Amino acid sequence: MNILVCLKQTFDTEERIVLENGHVKEDGVRFVINPYDEYAVEEALRIKEEHDGQVTLVSVGPTRFEEAIRTALAMGADEAVLGDDPALFGDEFTISKVLAAIISQRPYDLILAGNQAVDDGSGQVSVRLAEELGIPHISMATKVEVEGNKVTVHRDAEGDTEIVTGVLPMVITAQQGLNEPRYPSLIGIRKASKKPLTHVTVQDLKLSAEDLAGRINVLETYLPKPKEAGRVLSGELTDVVRELAEALHTTEKVV
Amino acid sequence: MDFNLSTEQMEMRQLVRDFARDVISPRAAEIDETDEFPRDILQQMGKLGMLGLPIPEQYGGVGADFVAYMTAIEEISYASAALGVILAVHTSVGSFPILYFGTETQKQHYLPLLASGRMIGGFALTESGAGSDAVAIRTRATREGDFYILNGNKVFITNGGEAGVYCVFAVTNPERGARGITTFLVDADTEGFRVGKKEKKMGLHGSATCELHFDDARVPVQNRLGEEGQGFSIAMRLLDGGRIGIAAQGLGIAQAALDAAYAYTRVRKQFGQELNQFQGIQFMLADMATQVEAARWLVYHAAQMRQAGVDCTREASMAKLFATDTAMHVSTDAVQLFGGYGYTRDYPVERYMRDAKITQIYEGTNQIQRMVIARHLQS
Ligand SMILES: Cc1cc2nc3c(=O)[nH]c(=O)nc-3n(C[C@H](O)[C@H](O)[C@H](O)COP(=O)(O)OP(=O)(O)OC[C@H]3O[C@@H](n4cnc5c(N)ncnc54)[C@H](O)[C@@H]3O)c2cc1C
Repeated sequence: MNILVCLKQTFDTEERIVLENGHVKEDGVRFVINPYDEYAVEEALRIKEEHDGQVTLVSVGPTRFEEAIRTALAMGADEAVLGDDPALFGDEFTISKVLAAIISQRPYDLILAGNQAVDDGSGQVSVRLAEELGIPHISMATKVEVEGNKVTVHRDAEGDTEIVTGVLPMVITAQQGLNEPRYPSLIGIRKASKKPLTHVTVQDLKLSAEDLAGRINVLETYLPKPKEAGRVLSGELTDVVRELAEALHTTEKVV
Repeated sequence: MDFNLSTEQMEMRQLVRDFARDVISPRAAEIDETDEFPRDILQQMGKLGMLGLPIPEQYGGVGADFVAYMTAIEEISYASAALGVILAVHTSVGSFPILYFGTETQKQHYLPLLASGRMIGGFALTESGAGSDAVAIRTRATREGDFYILNGNKVFITNGGEAGVYCVFAVTNPERGARGITTFLVDADTEGFRVGKKEKKMGLHGSATCELHFDDARVPVQNRLGEEGQGFSIAMRLLDGGRIGIAAQGLGIAQAALDAAYAYTRVRKQFGQELNQFQGIQFMLADMATQVEAARWLVYHAAQMRQAGVDCTREASMAKLFATDTAMHVSTDAVQLFGGYGYTRDYPVERYMRDAKITQIYEGTNQIQRMVIARHLQS
């Protein structure tokens, strides 16, 4: 079985975000595999171990993504394709077009991806990708079972579990709780540098300027306001209750 | 001097660090409290390749270099000095002797077991009458046909009772002094071999330190490591690597103590401000950080020399001396900075202090390191 995993590198979730001239500063930041993508990698490896196959990582982003790719290769993925030509970068629209162009050039049975990236959190790319490829998708998977070309997926439906079946090829996106990703092994790290990593440029893909032109303009980037200290209400119980109810209605506007 | 790690070395260090901080750190206090050998953690470490890091791939290891191996000892010791010494003894003096001096048959048999962690290694030189003066060992080995018969006792043997094989030093020719010592690979299930008392130690809880007894222990001739009389030179060849390993252990403890002290003094308030706002505290932290940094340079300088295959006896001793003295100073100061809380088991710094002490004693006491350094001052 040919399993593709879409993978992105994101800030370590413990990093603090610093803005400089309206851009997020990247110096000295620790990058990791997008945690949702890490579940996708782990799931791909488990399916491969059970059914045999080949796990290929597909990624679009700057060359520093290689670090995340090497980690996933060290976990056990077999090869990787990275579109690190800046002409390929853009918004969710562009990235899914580029991913589809890369992927349609190769054989695939199952495409796994994270449900969302922890940095911009749009949750759009993999679903758009399925549309571009004209195949079905199941999102927010918490359990995946593959039997022949049939898949049964438990998906997180607003806290409930929905059980969905489908037929390959398809896209499945990983939700937290799908699995416990393994550590890469030390021998895996040594082997990773010998596994094939193909770089893709805009010339390698049949994409029009229209495909590559993003649909979104970022106007401004700013940090959330620092949390203000809470207010402690004190005094007579009845007064406190009245003040609280009023605050909830008028100041906080939550009721 | 260039201490920049390669991409691969950095990735390996990051993996060990993630594992140490996610898996070992949360268990470290419990391991200290129960003094139980952390077999389950070692099993996981074995699966990830951490127990065969510098062993070549052809023998089931990872094939990483010595520097990468040192970063692993440092990172593991940061979380638990006990696991640090288990790893260091298993690799530096449990596995290396077989790699360097073993026959092809011995390597094929033992190294894949050791590198994967299916077997733990041990090293038995010290005796009650032979500590710093290792040549004074009395354990005897006499040849009888296809066997050597071993008689005697060893003390303070790390991984005692847990190891599957021990590198044991015994006298085959009492007339020849240092040249009359021979090394044997003694399997744990050898007839006439027995693990004795387990020491109750000040620190390093979780790492087993035991007496070993040999009562007519029958060791097959094919388990002799190297030639008869080569034992002492084998021990000497292991010293530099072993010492840098313990230096890396000291460095890991020191860094952990520094980080804990730094974090605590940022939040603890007295006299209306955080402790780290007082200059007296800042000066202590600055001194601690400078010592740790200096120790790091000595450790990785010696490690790179060792990796390059140049003579580093002096540098290994300097690294061992300075990094372990630093572990002691910095952990003692960390307890001081935590005040009364530092003296309780609610915080890890008293453990760091108890663990740091042994690093100044084993693998050649720090007095012995000074003797070695002094002897090498000419060259
Ligand atoms: C937890 C632990 C684990 C150990 N693990 C192992 C192991 O796995 N395998 C193994 O073989 N051994 C092991 N050892 C033994 C360890 O290496 C010895 O304890 C160490 O070498 C010191 O020997 P000693 O205890 O006999 O002290 P001694 O040699 O009696 O020294 C006592 C004191 O005298 C000082 N001294 C001795 N000679 C001189 C001198 N010439 N000049 C100045 N000062 C001197 C020493 O520095 C020390 O301060 C371990 C010990 C411990 C405590």
